[in-house]
Amino acid sequence: MTETHQTPRAIAATLRQPESAAFQQAATQGQFSIPRCQHCGQTHWYPRALCPFCFSPDIQWESATGLGTIYSYTVMRRAKPAYAIAYVQLEEGPIMMTNIVQCHFDELHIGMPVKVGFELAANDTWVPVFSPAP
Amino acid sequence: MSIKDKACIVGAYEHPTRYAPDKSVAQLHAECAAGALADAGLDKDDIDGYFCAGDAPGLGPMSMVDYMNLRVTHVDSTDIGGSSYVALVAHAAQAIAAGKCNVALITLAGKPRSSGMATGTAPRPGNPDQPDLEWEFPYAPATVNMYAMAAMRHMYEFGTTSEQLAWIKVAASHHAQHNPHAMLRDVVTVEQVLGSPVVADPLHRLDCCVISDGGGALLVTRPEIAKSLKRPVVRVLGAGEAVKGQLGGKVDLTYSGAAWSGPLAFKEAGVTPESIQYASIYDSFTITVLMQLEDLGFCKKGEGGRFVMDGNLISGVGKLPFNTDGGGLCNNHPANRGGITKVIEAVRQLRGEAHPAVQVPGCALALAHGTGGSLGTRHGSATLILERT
Repeated sequence: MTETHQTPRAIAATLRQPESAAFQQAATQGQFSIPRCQHCGQTHWYPRALCPFCFSPDIQWESATGLGTIYSYTVMRRAKPAYAIAYVQLEEGPIMMTNIVQCHFDELHIGMPVKVGFELAANDTWVPVFSPAP
Repeated sequence: MSIKDKACIVGAYEHPTRYAPDKSVAQLHAECAAGALADAGLDKDDIDGYFCAGDAPGLGPMSMVDYMNLRVTHVDSTDIGGSSYVALVAHAAQAIAAGKCNVALITLAGKPRSSGMATGTAPRPGNPDQPDLEWEFPYAPATVNMYAMAAMRHMYEFGTTSEQLAWIKVAASHHAQHNPHAMLRDVVTVEQVLGSPVVADPLHRLDCCVISDGGGALLVTRPEIAKSLKRPVVRVLGAGEAVKGQLGGKVDLTYSGAAWSGPLAFKEAGVTPESIQYASIYDSFTITVLMQLEDLGFCKKGEGGRFVMDGNLISGVGKLPFNTDGGGLCNNHPANRGGITKVIEAVRQLRGEAHPAVQVPGCALALAHGTGGSLGTRHGSATLILERT
């Protein structure tokens, strides 16, 4: 039997830092955004107030396509219910940790195209997750 | 300044317990210290430097120096997870070389087994201000699924197979059968590893290390003092350390921090991987071993799978005897941190005191390597090269 992602999985609440306020604000509008350094031009992940490449504090958030491909993944079979955790490489470049949801676990593979969605954590903050792109 | 030839390991002790519900963590640290002192032939009052990491209870060096009632001129509580104790040998050598202390004690101890800790499978939040926490913890990262992602990518890039990973466990089990203290003493086959339940694809239950109570201790001192003792002298030849993370989002799971710490250690020691006769390689999971072997230069990148097959890591059988105590995979992973047992077994090999069935004949040059934290996110890496004189 093919195991399938069961939704919704309870998402743990974590302390939200000031550095994620802009992300949360955009997510409220359904928009997935990523940070880009205005000095060296590079995007990065996870988001920081100082660019991890050139240390410039001049970081701007921009809308991203929300499209990417699976860089690596695993299905946590031991957990009940099982869940898929992955690194997704965004079309804009950075690789981010996420869950793959609304999927058949046995169809997941590296290179698989995925698209972003949002789930709500226990503290009412938005968590970007991905599902197979049509 | 180099630490080459500036310090020697004169005491090494692995606590025999693997289950200690009746002991405190501080007690285990102190029992390990007493064991190392007896091994070296030194007294408690000879200790003037103390080194520990995150497993030390309370306020680390302050709590443990007070508990053991030491008088020290130097302390260090660098915490890079399970690799800490490999790095702390180098830090002790640095302190000795700089004249900050003469006899350095390093301890590790903990009780994850008797406290029922789901070490590898339960997502554990760190400090609330840990900068990655809000971007990762909602996805339920645990120890095993982060290593599993490294294994999955390695398989994709290089064609590594679950059978090849299983050979690492098989080799460890061949060694553990001779260790009366090992948690898992039964020799296992590749088929048994593959037949154990999948925990997180592609890692099976038998790809994972044990969860054990216990601890260990090391004593490091200057060569003049080492020569005055009645034990074989094990010199520190070289060391390297590194921290590798997600590289700002340019994540690359195909290599570990060993690719950085290893060359530093070999350069300082003035030796090459080909000359290493015994290697203690951190084995939180089978994939950890495979990637470190590649990154340390024992084989080319991507060829680790072929390198570990057919018993190549079994003492007396293969080219590179590894973890002859049974390692974390079969023997012991005290406090979920295997670094100190890696150094201890390397010392046993160099002294000729490993079990006769696994002793490397004439072992004079050994390597100990630790990977602490998570291969899939951020980890510490420490390499140590030791020589018998």
